[in-house]
Amino acid sequence: MSEFSADRSTGKPIFFLEDEHAHAEGGSTMLGFWIYLMSDCLIFAMLFATFGVLGGSYAAGPSPRDLFDLNLIALNTSMLLLSSLTNGFAMLAMAKGKVQATQFWLAVTVLFGIAFVSIEVYEFHHMIAEGATPQRSAFLSSFFTLVGTHGLHVTFGMIWMVTLMVQLGQRGLIEANRRRMTCLAMFWHFLDVIWIGVFTFVYLMGMLR
Amino acid sequence: MFDSSFSQIVFGRLTLESLPIHEPILVVTFIVVAVLGTALLAAITWFRWWGYLWHEWFTSVDHKRIGVMYMVLGIVMLLRGFADAIMMRLQQALAFNGSEGYLPPHHYDQIFTAHGVIMIFFVAMPLVTGLMNFVVPLQIGARDVAFPFLNNFSFWMTTAGALLIMASLFIGEFAKTGWLAYPPLSGIEYSPDVGVDYWIWGLQIAGVGTTLSGINLIATIVKMRAPGMTMMKMPVFTWTSLCTNVLIVAAFPVLTAVLVLLTLDRYLGMNFFTSGFGGNPMMYVNLIWIWGHPEVYILILPAFGVFSEVAATFSGKRLFGYTSMVYATIVITILSYLVWLHHFFTMGSGASVNSFFGITTMIISIPTGAKLFNWLFTMYRGRIRFEEPMMWTVAFMLTFVIGGMTGVMLAVPPADFVLHNSLFLVAHFHNVIIGGVVFGMFAGISYWFPKAFGFKLDPFWGKVSFWFWVVGFYVAFMPLYLLGFMGVTRRLRQFDDPSLQIWFVIAGFGAFLIAIGIAAFLVQIFVSIRNRKALADLTGDPWDGRTLEWSTSSPPPAYNFAFTPVVRDNDAWWDMKRNGYARPLEGFRPIVMPRNTGAGVVLAGLSLVLGFALVWYIWWLAALCFVSLLIVAIGHTFNYNRTADFPAKTIADTEAERTRLLADAGVAS
Repeated sequence: MSEFSADRSTGKPIFFLEDEHAHAEGGSTMLGFWIYLMSDCLIFAMLFATFGVLGGSYAAGPSPRDLFDLNLIALNTSMLLLSSLTNGFAMLAMAKGKVQATQFWLAVTVLFGIAFVSIEVYEFHHMIAEGATPQRSAFLSSFFTLVGTHGLHVTFGMIWMVTLMVQLGQRGLIEANRRRMTCLAMFWHFLDVIWIGVFTFVYLMGMLR
Repeated sequence: MFDSSFSQIVFGRLTLESLPIHEPILVVTFIVVAVLGTALLAAITWFRWWGYLWHEWFTSVDHKRIGVMYMVLGIVMLLRGFADAIMMRLQQALAFNGSEGYLPPHHYDQIFTAHGVIMIFFVAMPLVTGLMNFVVPLQIGARDVAFPFLNNFSFWMTTAGALLIMASLFIGEFAKTGWLAYPPLSGIEYSPDVGVDYWIWGLQIAGVGTTLSGINLIATIVKMRAPGMTMMKMPVFTWTSLCTNVLIVAAFPVLTAVLVLLTLDRYLGMNFFTSGFGGNPMMYVNLIWIWGHPEVYILILPAFGVFSEVAATFSGKRLFGYTSMVYATIVITILSYLVWLHHFFTMGSGASVNSFFGITTMIISIPTGAKLFNWLFTMYRGRIRFEEPMMWTVAFMLTFVIGGMTGVMLAVPPADFVLHNSLFLVAHFHNVIIGGVVFGMFAGISYWFPKAFGFKLDPFWGKVSFWFWVVGFYVAFMPLYLLGFMGVTRRLRQFDDPSLQIWFVIAGFGAFLIAIGIAAFLVQIFVSIRNRKALADLTGDPWDGRTLEWSTSSPPPAYNFAFTPVVRDNDAWWDMKRNGYARPLEGFRPIVMPRNTGAGVVLAGLSLVLGFALVWYIWWLAALCFVSLLIVAIGHTFNYNRTADFPAKTIADTEAERTRLLADAGVAS
């Protein structure tokens, strides 16, 4: 029997709480957001699996060796990893209760994010100009879809960041905004983890194929 | 030339020819729908119900109202899906001896596709989600779900998906590919028109709603149970709901992803599932069934939960083997991910792979069998009351065993090579879906209807509906088992062998019996509303129930429970009734409740137009809708004022009213 089941003084069973049993607003948000992230992770899992099946189907077209420039990808990866670092600084600023510092680090994170997406767009543009279009082969279809889906996520993350910067300016570090910051940070680091997978399986192992 | 290119910019590929004015069946249907729809809208306007509907229902974040709206959606779509079914039965009964029947091929192909899509996505899913939405928070002693706004949004996304599918009936056409739209047939080369695109966007929009409601209900069950309700004290329906929602969250993203890939093939000419440039159509079949097999367990597990509640309540006994029931559910949840390949043993993946998937499929019948014995032992030596929910449960137990055994037959790969894509398969899955899910939903509806509306359903018309459904099912589908053994494949429009006709005529008669069953169900609702005084449930506990939902009034107040219940036993309410529970009459505290919002309706409406624009290549409209969606979604996050206090005075008044009702019913409060 649980600790609630009987009144200690009278020994009579207790069937309800006299005081309001608090489910604090947003008390389930972290769990809910984690579950959402896992569902999103499954979408990426499908795209990775698709790339795993089709990644070698060049259809007599270009292969990773012909297309990938690892120096560029290294630069791109460092942009994203640095953005995760600065996002961490934003969280530290939040923990110290400094609104403007939080906003500043979010802005820096957005800048790194813009750099990442810009390099990706440049890479895509370059490949398409060389004739390596998403339509050219199943390999390229799955490559553009996997990497592009990640890039889209980063873009939405940046829109979210800008929105949150405005909301921080309006209301400061209230409980609801702290919760949103935490969700956003989880989202952003999650995209980092996905990118590690992309970098390893698509780019590095692609070069070995 | 200027004109046509201008109209292409404005309307995409939507032209006047897209309207099926040369199809008499569709024209008549359209006129009927238009007349009835106008009458309905006029009635709502005449009685000034718009405000009421908008404020109390459409924008409601109350899980009970959202649950009821899901049920209404499911029942309305059942009528559409069944109309498709009876058209197919009629066609197949007629098209013999050189007759072409009455449906041209392109129409017939749309009908069997629409039937499958609608029955699974827009009948079974809304009914299951609706029941879970209504019942779970009440069973765990919560006041609402974890994310009330998200719940409202999910419902409207499901509805938007249903509306998009319905639009295909009168504007353009629907897919002619079968309900899972296998490529390369569903690719742009072989299906260049809008049918497959309607299918894609309808499912994609509804899928967002389903995934979000899955996340919502998991968080609700994990975080919001009443104090004392440990995991192993949860009612079995809540357990099966938890497992179902885990399946939803772990399966629907796969559908989302595979639909995106098909979209990219169709819209941007990529090569995932094409036959050229390295594409692989069989990968689509694998991916879609990695979603599709868990999907059938998403449908059946809540039905198992309903039967568990009903069997215990109407036998007047604690459920037999609670622990084994829970573990059986969990085992089914896990195994449902390890069997997908049995849908295409004939793909040619070799003996080892087929053996693996054949064996895992057969293993699933073990936990399912354990469940059946648990229900039987629950009934054994119980004081069984054959009310309507119990009748559905008994019919389910008989019917589902037959369907399960034919399933085990299909799980044997060599047998499957003979029976694959035959009417035997069609009979099997209707056997388990009608005998399991549909019977379960009717059991659930008749069981919880008094809780939702405060009066029971009329028992006479319920029995009429029950007998026509059950007998109709056997008459309609047993002939299909035979035909399958004789080698008849599914989705055929016309037949050469006249000796087969009699079986199709019998099957058609069975469908007609089911039609009477459905009509009797509608009559039952109508009669019950008319006799609601005589059928009223004043106590809140019309069946002598065992779980917490029966401890509150029927219908429950907006806040569900004036005081959060404390749980000491699996059958919490049974325990309360036996051990001196006294309903609290004073000391009420204000309760924080979520506020209603129209954001869900607006977002889903924009998604619907976005889907329509994408189907018809109306790019400017699609872009406009997408940007509006972003703006509205972001705008909604600026609304921090999402809760309101429910004053103690209102609660005291509501509870005093209940005290009066209980006194009228002669029950000491």
